[in-house]
Amino acid sequence: MPRTLYDKLWDAHVVATGSGRQALLYIDRHLLHEVSTPQSFALLRQEGFKVHRTETQLAVADHSVSTLPRGTTDPAAAAQIALLEANCRAFGIDYLTPASGDQGIVHVIGPEQGFTLPGITLVCGDSHSSTHGAFGALAFGIGASECGIVMATQALWQTRARTMRVTVDDALSPGVSAKDMALALIGRIGAGGGAAHAIEFAGEAVRALSMEGRMTLCNMVIEAGSRTGLIAPDETTFAYIADRPRTPRGALWDQALAAWRQLRSDHDAVFDQEIVLRAEEIAPQVTFGTSPGQVMAIDAHIPDAGARDAKALAYMALDAATPIIGVPIDHAFIGSCTNGRIEDLRAAAAIVRDRQVSASVRALVVPGSQAVKRQAEREGLDRIFTDAGFEWREPGCSLCVAMNDDRLPAGARCASTSNRNFEGRQGAGARTHLMSPAMVAAAAIAGRIVDVRGDLA
Amino acid sequence: MTPLVTVCGPALSLPERDVDTDIIYPARFLLLTKREGLGRYAFFDRRGTPGFPLAADQDAAPPILIAGANFGCGSSREQAPWALGGLGVRVIVAESFGEIFQSNCIKNGMLPICLDAGTVTNLHARAAAGARFAVDLDRQMIVVDDVAPRPFAIDAEARESLLNGWSEVARIRMLHGADIARFEAAQRRASPWLWPAAEKEDQQ
Repeated sequence: MPRTLYDKLWDAHVVATGSGRQALLYIDRHLLHEVSTPQSFALLRQEGFKVHRTETQLAVADHSVSTLPRGTTDPAAAAQIALLEANCRAFGIDYLTPASGDQGIVHVIGPEQGFTLPGITLVCGDSHSSTHGAFGALAFGIGASECGIVMATQALWQTRARTMRVTVDDALSPGVSAKDMALALIGRIGAGGGAAHAIEFAGEAVRALSMEGRMTLCNMVIEAGSRTGLIAPDETTFAYIADRPRTPRGALWDQALAAWRQLRSDHDAVFDQEIVLRAEEIAPQVTFGTSPGQVMAIDAHIPDAGARDAKALAYMALDAATPIIGVPIDHAFIGSCTNGRIEDLRAAAAIVRDRQVSASVRALVVPGSQAVKRQAEREGLDRIFTDAGFEWREPGCSLCVAMNDDRLPAGARCASTSNRNFEGRQGAGARTHLMSPAMVAAAAIAGRIVDVRGDLA
Repeated sequence: MTPLVTVCGPALSLPERDVDTDIIYPARFLLLTKREGLGRYAFFDRRGTPGFPLAADQDAAPPILIAGANFGCGSSREQAPWALGGLGVRVIVAESFGEIFQSNCIKNGMLPICLDAGTVTNLHARAAAGARFAVDLDRQMIVVDDVAPRPFAIDAEARESLLNGWSEVARIRMLHGADIARFEAAQRRASPWLWPAAEKEDQQ
């Protein structure tokens, strides 16, 4: 019977089957961060459990770290980070300290380290773990209790998802990126449209994406309600992971590569749902509400879709049936596990070069990892940003989660490359417009929401 | 974990859809590293706003919450069910849930129940009118004011865990320890690149 890539990954990891769609899945890799694991380690201690396979675990601090050069001044954040380091030491888990030069956002460093590989199951106590599906891995976010279960047993009871294939034909237009593709999909199927489904991306426009673009796309599936995004690995994938610190070498690499080349949906596999998007019809996207599903093309008018939109528009201080272009912003944020990689910084820098951030805007660039930061500095991107008036920060989640030194005041309006425009996500009462790195860069310069395609003309 | 067999009492109606876990538990409180005593942070930024059913100083809620569709979407933070549990919530009924939230509830002895939109709308009205709810997990029934029992579905594994209050780690180890060992031996042969430590041992 023909199988989808999801079916193949699932079948290859079943330890035991349960009732209905339930199975006990073997978990190959677990990424840890400081926020979702204190209670997991407490569970291990309380029950007297050890970590079953320490070499399958990798930890880093990202959510509560300060991205200011002086480091955190918040004692609670410092204590949380110190607790992660102490727990990792006590349980024998690798922890990437800031001094290692390898620190960064968990979903940036997994792939950078070669910890993320095709064909594996990978989990993390973070909903954006779907990011790693860009490598053809079955990756999904879990809660703190499940982090403890994985550490103690290397297995998790899971419900087999239904499958959805999203095919994106043609090529993206200039000024349009993987972020716009992701937002356009969420606009099409809704914030819950992917629930109970694993989404596999296919089509010319997806194949043409770099690994950075593919990670952006898979990262955002949780905003459509899906826990798992997938892209079949290909030469782009293999070139990205070759020779990374934790990738297999020599004969093992050859053996792995032969297996990875089989990781694709059979040509006659049947998906439970099929969605087709045409890349050339996707305009730069911007959210207008407080759910990622409340998203629109930059050149459209803000829709008026009833009471729910009205509540969101009241929070956002916007009026239905008016253009989104021209709405003034106070803050611009470039970074996060969605758009904090080198290609994102290059796309933003290309817009910013030789121009100035609007006097009314505070603008931040937060590289996704220390490696991304070093690479950007080698390319001179940091100078382009700082000359324009952007702050050039240390790596971390920063304004995507606002549980660190970066928080917006109530009423502030931010053009943001992050993944969630929820109420209060960037600070209680703050207003978030999600968009691509190029769009945020253009908004920072104009001091208002603009169509980046105008900057490219 | 406390077993969950029957839960009786009034219900809190919160019909808004897409209530994300940032609304249930704002991110700034994620710096706390304990799971106990989080009830006061549940819906922290919503309390006291017009029409919201929890007061700023309220530290207990009815044991049953009737919620809107896609409840608990977004972040995987388990602080969301911990905070609701801290208020005394044991059962949440909605048309659909954020999947990670749903699974986190079960891991914490809380029962998420999915019902069709029409039934949920009716339950919101009954909750707002002060009806008394009785949820029976053993029989998989919800009864409102002692009449019209409504059946609900739940995965057999989740039902069993909740009814018994089992620790999942202990259960996996006890029932499937040998299965895991067999799986590992097979994977180590078939996909040796996934066993970096083993590879080092072999070379020594």
